[in-house]
Amino acid sequence: MTSFEAGVFTPAPARGPLWRMVAVQARTEAALALRNGEQVLLTLLIPLALLVTMTVLRLIPLPEPRVDSVAPRILALAVMSSAFTGQAIALGFDRRYGVLKRLAATAVPRWLLVVGRMLAAVAVVVVQLVVLCAAAVLLGWTPAVRGIPFALGLILLGTLAFGALGALLGGALRAEIVLAAANFVWFALLLVGGIALPAGALPGGLDAVVGLLPSGALAESLRSALVDGMAPGWQPVLVLLCWGAAGAGLAVKTIRLS
Amino acid sequence: MTTHLGAPVVEVSGLVKRFGRKSAVNRLDLRVERGQVLALLGPNGAGKTTTVEVCEGFLRPDQGTVRVLGLDPVRDGAALRVRIGVMPQGGGAYPGIRAGEMLRVVASCAADPLDPAWLLEVLGLTATARVPYKRLSGGQRQRLSLACALVTRPELVFLDEPTAGMDPQARRLVWDLVAALRADGVSVLLTTHMMDEAETLADQVVIIDNGRAVAAGSTHQLTTDDPDARRLRFRARAGLDTGALAATLTDDCRVDEIEPGSYLVAGRVDPQVVSVVTAWCAEQGVLAEEIRVATRSLEDVFLDLTGRELRA
Repeated sequence: MTSFEAGVFTPAPARGPLWRMVAVQARTEAALALRNGEQVLLTLLIPLALLVTMTVLRLIPLPEPRVDSVAPRILALAVMSSAFTGQAIALGFDRRYGVLKRLAATAVPRWLLVVGRMLAAVAVVVVQLVVLCAAAVLLGWTPAVRGIPFALGLILLGTLAFGALGALLGGALRAEIVLAAANFVWFALLLVGGIALPAGALPGGLDAVVGLLPSGALAESLRSALVDGMAPGWQPVLVLLCWGAAGAGLAVKTIRLS
Repeated sequence: MTTHLGAPVVEVSGLVKRFGRKSAVNRLDLRVERGQVLALLGPNGAGKTTTVEVCEGFLRPDQGTVRVLGLDPVRDGAALRVRIGVMPQGGGAYPGIRAGEMLRVVASCAADPLDPAWLLEVLGLTATARVPYKRLSGGQRQRLSLACALVTRPELVFLDEPTAGMDPQARRLVWDLVAALRADGVSVLLTTHMMDEAETLADQVVIIDNGRAVAAGSTHQLTTDDPDARRLRFRARAGLDTGALAATLTDDCRVDEIEPGSYLVAGRVDPQVVSVVTAWCAEQGVLAEEIRVATRSLEDVFLDLTGRELRA
């Protein structure tokens, strides 16, 4: 005799609706990212602090009004912070804690786990955009209205490309190594990857390389969209597409569940 | 449904799984009947988890055939995972997720899941429902993991070391749950290195060591089938001449003083042997106390088969 009513565990397996699984996955992962203190520091507080300091302090020579050229770079930084660094670290520790295996053992299709993560990454970027754009407007930002649709497209493309690279890094290595590497890459790309400084302000030879990095491509194209209202050229779009495709292709091959 | 009543829910034959040059599982056969509980019993590193992960479709077998609910776990993994519940060894959840949220995430995979709040209560997790996973104790993680395995109303569950790290009360609860699953027609394949767990829960036990099944059968069969493997234990004053006692018995009986004053006669223990032993003691002027004829425990079976302690 057990203390359970007969029939409570009678089997009735059936897969839940896919839309609900996608919604639950995306909502859960976005919520986890937004209430993790270290993630919020990385994705919101640091970009916010840089937005204010780069605008207010005249450390780097920039055309007036300074906030107009700072804001697009900060948006590029925000995308890199959440979609790449945040994503990689979260994935590294998710694997450490066995959640990928846990979810892979359920009726959730594998592709849905990827879609859920992508949607969560996009949702976090939307939150970042709202907060950072509001702060930039308070600092006097007036983006070129004509360039806003281009900027949104670039941000979406950048999120997917950086997300794929984050999944590549976070999916294959040990959590501690992911943590160190993701932060190092973030810092390196911020300083010399075309985010904090425009390519032209970097030491000779670097400027050509920076245009080929996802960070440089995103920051430069966002700047021309939001400052000059220009459509992005084919180069930054192609650079982001190539990094994204290469990252995703490799990540699929190298990802380990635990 | 591709399976019909009567077909086994898990059928493994000749399974070989190697990691590099080391074979973790070596020509293993396994059969779980519908509605039954099978315990895969063996020491750490015996190949239990590997076997279970092959059945779940996480690992591809190197040789042999594996059918779970009539499906190939690797090829038909998506269809299979809808119907099974899995408790991976050591659990699994997002580090920052609250216990209750994790259970609801897994519940969302099923069209008609069990009520997560009820399941949390059953497993004593209501008070910890809002605690992040990384701050749960080992036993709490295990209970959450079990809840995740059951919430989708599966017809077959794989429980890898379900009571590892649990206190005795929680172990009782898990035993009770497994009994309830069985009563409701859920098939269970569990692994354990604890004899009492296998003896209490399982209809069938497969003892596995170094990737091989060294014995298989019901607990009853494993421990009583062999009339040569009964044991007579008794207590008397320490230092009796066991050699002299053995000489009065048939050749297939062994006599040992396993600790001072505690004697064990192993072999073909029949009524005649009991009578000879008590008579011999009477001749020595000692009273044989606590005379007990018992079949082997699973632990004895394991020890006899492998020469090693199971818990070691």
